[in-house]
Amino acid sequence: MSTDTITVGASNPVSDFDPYTDEVLANPYPHYEKLRELGPVVYLELYGVYALARHDEVREVLSDPATYCSSAGVGLPNFHTEKPWRKPSIILEADPPYHARTRKVVARILSTPSIARWRATFEKEAELLVDRIIDMGEFDAARDFCAAYPLKVFADAVGLPAGGRENLLPYGDMVFNGFGPMNERFKSRLAKAQESVQWINNICQRENLSSDGLGAELYAAADKGEITHEEAGMLVRTLLSAGLDTTVFTLCNAIISLAKNPDQFELLKKDPSLARQMIEEVIRYEPTFHSFYRTTTRPVELGGVKMDKNQKIVVIIGSANRDPRRWENPDKFDITRKATGHIGFGTGIHGCAGQMMARLEGDIVMGAFARKVSSLQLTGEPVRHFNNTVRGFTSIPARVTGG
Amino acid sequence: MAKIVYVQLDGTRNEIDAGAAASVMQAAVNNDVPGIIGECGGSAMCATCHVYVDQECIDDLPPISEVENDMLQNTASERHENSRLSCQLAIDGSFDELVVHIPPTQV
Repeated sequence: MSTDTITVGASNPVSDFDPYTDEVLANPYPHYEKLRELGPVVYLELYGVYALARHDEVREVLSDPATYCSSAGVGLPNFHTEKPWRKPSIILEADPPYHARTRKVVARILSTPSIARWRATFEKEAELLVDRIIDMGEFDAARDFCAAYPLKVFADAVGLPAGGRENLLPYGDMVFNGFGPMNERFKSRLAKAQESVQWINNICQRENLSSDGLGAELYAAADKGEITHEEAGMLVRTLLSAGLDTTVFTLCNAIISLAKNPDQFELLKKDPSLARQMIEEVIRYEPTFHSFYRTTTRPVELGGVKMDKNQKIVVIIGSANRDPRRWENPDKFDITRKATGHIGFGTGIHGCAGQMMARLEGDIVMGAFARKVSSLQLTGEPVRHFNNTVRGFTSIPARVTGG
Repeated sequence: MAKIVYVQLDGTRNEIDAGAAASVMQAAVNNDVPGIIGECGGSAMCATCHVYVDQECIDDLPPISEVENDMLQNTASERHENSRLSCQLAIDGSFDELVVHIPPTQV
């Protein structure tokens, strides 16, 4: 495995790079750099796909859903030619004009004015949680802080009962592995998650949700005829797969980035109102989501490379966010920079519909952390979680003091 | 070179030479104009770059797309007839000068 290979004499760069090995997933950035420098579009011969690793091409492709579609699946398998491993998502894996109908409803219930009603509760829970970890002193930041917060506040906001929430992260883990190749990692998580799939399918039914949460709002949209009741259930499922692991890992990446850059943590403590832009920088510098796929709907030329219709393209947003063509000192974690414009939430019509919810959670819980925690140290080697698409941690042994 | 005037609630006028900015949102962010956040980076996903376009200028602008229209339903400040998302207002030669008013809040 290397990113050094170029087929001599070929006009377009070809590489035997494999984005999905444990070694690459542990630290993809040196590999991304090589990939970016090979060219704007690089053919990955192991998978038969083109890879985009630079900001401009990634943005161009994500902004043109008519040419680069999602209905063929956002993982490696092409749903137009192969049987999908699950029923395709009616929002993530839908193209215009069908996409707009579901997107409109989801975007509305996750918009800033709509989610503002949770702010007070989120703040209260953040205070309680930060007090708890300060009391503990030594704790597992991944489990006791980064996972605990979204599993409480977001799951409450969706309207889930308190029991059974341990099924949520394995379910999301399975879904996000599915945005890559159907490799052993995916197959083992798919097998492992079957119980969770049952629980999720059941919990998405109207009678199992609270009457005032996001789930209930989706069913209310169905009552009004904007979507069907079956679709409402599928969109609750989407909230649960897309909204937990991602936020958990973003908080993990925030804690690790702050612990490894104590000067930046000092800046944040001095001015906790920087929490929101700190989260933005985390999502640029150490994005949770690293890659997914688009598929050409017609023959195209991109970055000087001619492609056929039905060609899978892997869009590496984790690399785009480190592209020196777009970012000054891209490998520096700098919470004072203007990080907006990164592609950590994707962009275009499929850009993350829950991004304002993610910012609300991150802003509030990291703001409370910055106000109350005076010291943060890692007490052991963090244990990375390996997934085809999302990067985070299963364990972060840490120590905090308050005051 | 396009000139953009951002009028704050208190009447302060920030006059910006748009330079190479691609959108009215981007020009504001590049020049630290208060009241325009553009948190999603220009994807019409966050509605934090909402502006009220001055009536004098409204005919210079492209029509509202379906995506922009949907997100305009979700602005933190009330939507008016002249509401636009400034990330969707491209600086592409369609106007020489544009005057926009900043809404009371974006979040």
